[in-house]
Amino acid sequence: MQSTQPAGAAAGLKANTSDVDQYLTFGLGQEEYGIEILKVQEIKGYSAITPIPNTPAHVKGVMNLRGTVVPVVDLRSKFSMEAMEYNKFTVIIVVTVGAKIAGLVVDAVSDVLNIPSSEIRPAPDFGSRADTRFITGMASSGEKLTVLLDVDRLLGEEELAAGSES
Amino acid sequence: MAKTVLIVDDSASMRQMLAFTLQQGGFDVVEGCNGQEGLGQLDGRKVDLILTDLNMPVMDGITFIKNLRTRAELRGTPVLMLTTESHETMKQQGKAAGATGWIVKPFQPDKLLAVIARVLP
Amino acid sequence: MQIDLSRFRDTFFQESAEHLAEMEAGLLRLEREPNDTELLNAIFRAAHSIKGASGTFGFEDVARFTHGLESLLDRLRAGQIAVTHALVDTLLRSGDLLRELLARAAAGTPAPEQMAALLSELERASGGAASAPAPAPARTGAPEYATAKAYRIHFRPSIDLFQQGMDPLLILRDLAALGHAVATADASQLPPLTSLDPEQCYLGWTVRLETTKTAEEIRDVFAFVEDSAEIGVEPEALEAQPAAVPVAAAEPKSAAAPAGTASLRVATSKVDKLIDLVGELVIAQSMAKAIVDAFEPSRLHQLREAMAETERYTRELQERVMSVRMLPIGQVFSRFPRLVRDVAAQLGKRVRVEMAGEETELDKGVVERMSDPLTHLVRNAIDHGIETPEERRRLGKPEEGLLRLEAYHQSGNVMVAVSDDGRGLNAGRIRQKAVERGLIAENAVLSNEQAYNLIFEPGFSTAEKVSDVSGRGVGMDVVKRNVQALNGSVAVDTQAGGGTTVSIRLPLTLAILDGLLLKVGAETYVMPLVSIVESIRPRADQVRGVAGKGDVVAVRGDVLPLVRLHELFAIPAAVTDPCCGLTVIMESGGQRTALLVDELLGQQQVVVKSLEAHYRKVRGVLGATILGDGRPALILDAAGLAEAAHGISNEETA
Repeated sequence: MQSTQPAGAAAGLKANTSDVDQYLTFGLGQEEYGIEILKVQEIKGYSAITPIPNTPAHVKGVMNLRGTVVPVVDLRSKFSMEAMEYNKFTVIIVVTVGAKIAGLVVDAVSDVLNIPSSEIRPAPDFGSRADTRFITGMASSGEKLTVLLDVDRLLGEEELAAGSES
Repeated sequence: MAKTVLIVDDSASMRQMLAFTLQQGGFDVVEGCNGQEGLGQLDGRKVDLILTDLNMPVMDGITFIKNLRTRAELRGTPVLMLTTESHETMKQQGKAAGATGWIVKPFQPDKLLAVIARVLP
Repeated sequence: MQIDLSRFRDTFFQESAEHLAEMEAGLLRLEREPNDTELLNAIFRAAHSIKGASGTFGFEDVARFTHGLESLLDRLRAGQIAVTHALVDTLLRSGDLLRELLARAAAGTPAPEQMAALLSELERASGGAASAPAPAPARTGAPEYATAKAYRIHFRPSIDLFQQGMDPLLILRDLAALGHAVATADASQLPPLTSLDPEQCYLGWTVRLETTKTAEEIRDVFAFVEDSAEIGVEPEALEAQPAAVPVAAAEPKSAAAPAGTASLRVATSKVDKLIDLVGELVIAQSMAKAIVDAFEPSRLHQLREAMAETERYTRELQERVMSVRMLPIGQVFSRFPRLVRDVAAQLGKRVRVEMAGEETELDKGVVERMSDPLTHLVRNAIDHGIETPEERRRLGKPEEGLLRLEAYHQSGNVMVAVSDDGRGLNAGRIRQKAVERGLIAENAVLSNEQAYNLIFEPGFSTAEKVSDVSGRGVGMDVVKRNVQALNGSVAVDTQAGGGTTVSIRLPLTLAILDGLLLKVGAETYVMPLVSIVESIRPRADQVRGVAGKGDVVAVRGDVLPLVRLHELFAIPAAVTDPCCGLTVIMESGGQRTALLVDELLGQQQVVVKSLEAHYRKVRGVLGATILGDGRPALILDAAGLAEAAHGISNEETA
């Protein structure tokens, strides 16, 4: 069950029923990931990022989101993938975690999928570059396997602070 | 030419409500938050009707009514008291001070306009 | 005509909150001045206002409860009941319940169970059943018959009718509107012209009215004049009652939350000034534009002037808009008399509150965020600072302790101090506890001042027993953190046996900063101008290395540690030699540090954006700003940099 919707409109949609949730899927390297659409605020093109001292490598810095200063996390870096240079095609997914906003740098945004919870399988310990603690499950539609991520965990306190503060 | 109503009440929400209702009824409204301000608003301005609360700081309603009735140009202006109770003392005191009539709170907006219509030509 | 009143609910709730605050403040004062009639009147009025308005909006529970409260207050102000401590207690609790009732009214949830109990308590206290609120008299009119009846109506108004602003013609008009009326004037009382007073009413009327209305409805026309006129309505003479139609209870469909922290009350004068300024700014800007549109190089000077004027107005507008958000700290202070009373009573202590500088204004956000820290300090002072009455007596102090709250402006900052005249801090015990908690080494040498500051360390407490009032004193570190999050600082001053003062320094405006733009590598940073003493390009001989401590710079006799910002922030491609870059001398906490950067880009006023809002606090960074090109730039924190710098030099020692 797939539905393709423009990402902007998708951000305002709620889950259809309690058994089917909508996910925004995006690509990172060879893999396909998904995050709950409810957490997605918007999708941006590349924006100048100012580095912050003494922060973990995956926290690239902060960007200007219409006057608000918002941290940007590079998921490639977070998942220990090889870094890619940022260019004008780079996409940043702006997500909300509680009261905080953050940007996630990804390769490209794919689709908005309706995934019924019955189709979500638990994540195996291997097979994905992402650390299992961030994975809520996996879903397959046809040939594609989508790794569903826990955005709250991904951008949790410890994650953003880890490795910093002398 | 719209008629002007002076509303005097120390409660901002009451004034807002009255002003809104009166404006819906086609009146122009000026406001005061106690008797003293009410008198100030009457200086150099013609009003066609006065609505006043009774219980207010600085200058209460009864004193306000007595005071305004000493002004020649206001002797014939209808004055309605906004009161929470409808009992004899209030009516007598009010009348003695020079009030024309009264409206008991709480009231419905259209009731207010109906009562006003009775005292205005 | 259907008029929807629900739009005024927000104002009602806001107003009621203010009335409740007045009532509470009044009650607290009343305990000390029980015979102040003006105070009693003010308290009564507060309750009365809430009652009136709540009825209008259909909040039955609020109206009913407030009526009971009002009856008691009425008897109080009439001197029929005496003011006692127990009575004030009951009234304060009633105020609390009323607050709860209003909150529930706003949310559309039913009243709590305590309401009935408290209501009876109020009735008992007022010495008998509080008179039931005047019930809206029911319409006694029976359904009319469709047949018309004739009435003979006699109407002779009192002679002073005009002086009540009533025109008898209006009454006749209203009678005529009820059916078919024929009126005959009775001029028998009319005096000769020479003795006629035009402001007196000498006429009477007889009206024959054919109507389907009841006699009662006819009488109703005379409602306003029935006491001051002869009125006869035949064939019947019913006792007319002014039919006050009960208001249909407003159905709160959604939880319309009373205006909490999401709105502001602003003095109209402030807004007027803003409007004026915007007007001036628009003019200045269009003048500048006119010059640009018809520009030639000879007009550059004019353009500069026009831009300067625009800048001036913009700056003033900035300041004034910020001041719109300014609230007097009294708003936070006002909670404390009640809090102190309750806490002191709970702990068996007697405490008096003194406040000064309540009108001192602070940014609204700061005021709100100071509420919890101040509350904690106040609780702490009463719990740990002020001694019991017996102990105080033994020490020769007045039995009643003093808690003082003070606020004042001082060089671009606001100082807020909480002081008590209690037992003060004991440096020795603090030191001991700190050693026990592993916060300092056993042989560490600490000045008294350093010892006192230990109370702000997390996990510290000198309380001998846990009291649920201030919770073991663990909040001091939270107080410090909260204050620092507002870019402020906290200090403590104390005298053994004499009392303690905790002083909080807060910056006046959070959001706008005068800064110096610095370049390091590819990055631009902003350093607050207040932190900068000067900037130099030292000669080679001014820079030396100190064994094991890093580099220092000699500046006019002072030797300052040199911090290379690019090292601290791990920035590549920056100038590393102090003699080639720019060294900024910054000051923080009385200490000076030399900071090496690449170059100075200029001075600029920047808007401070929070880094912590969406990320977290980073040491050495005060916040961020958006530069003219849209890129974010970090604003440096001199204090944090100095700390980090000394950290480096300390590390290198080890």
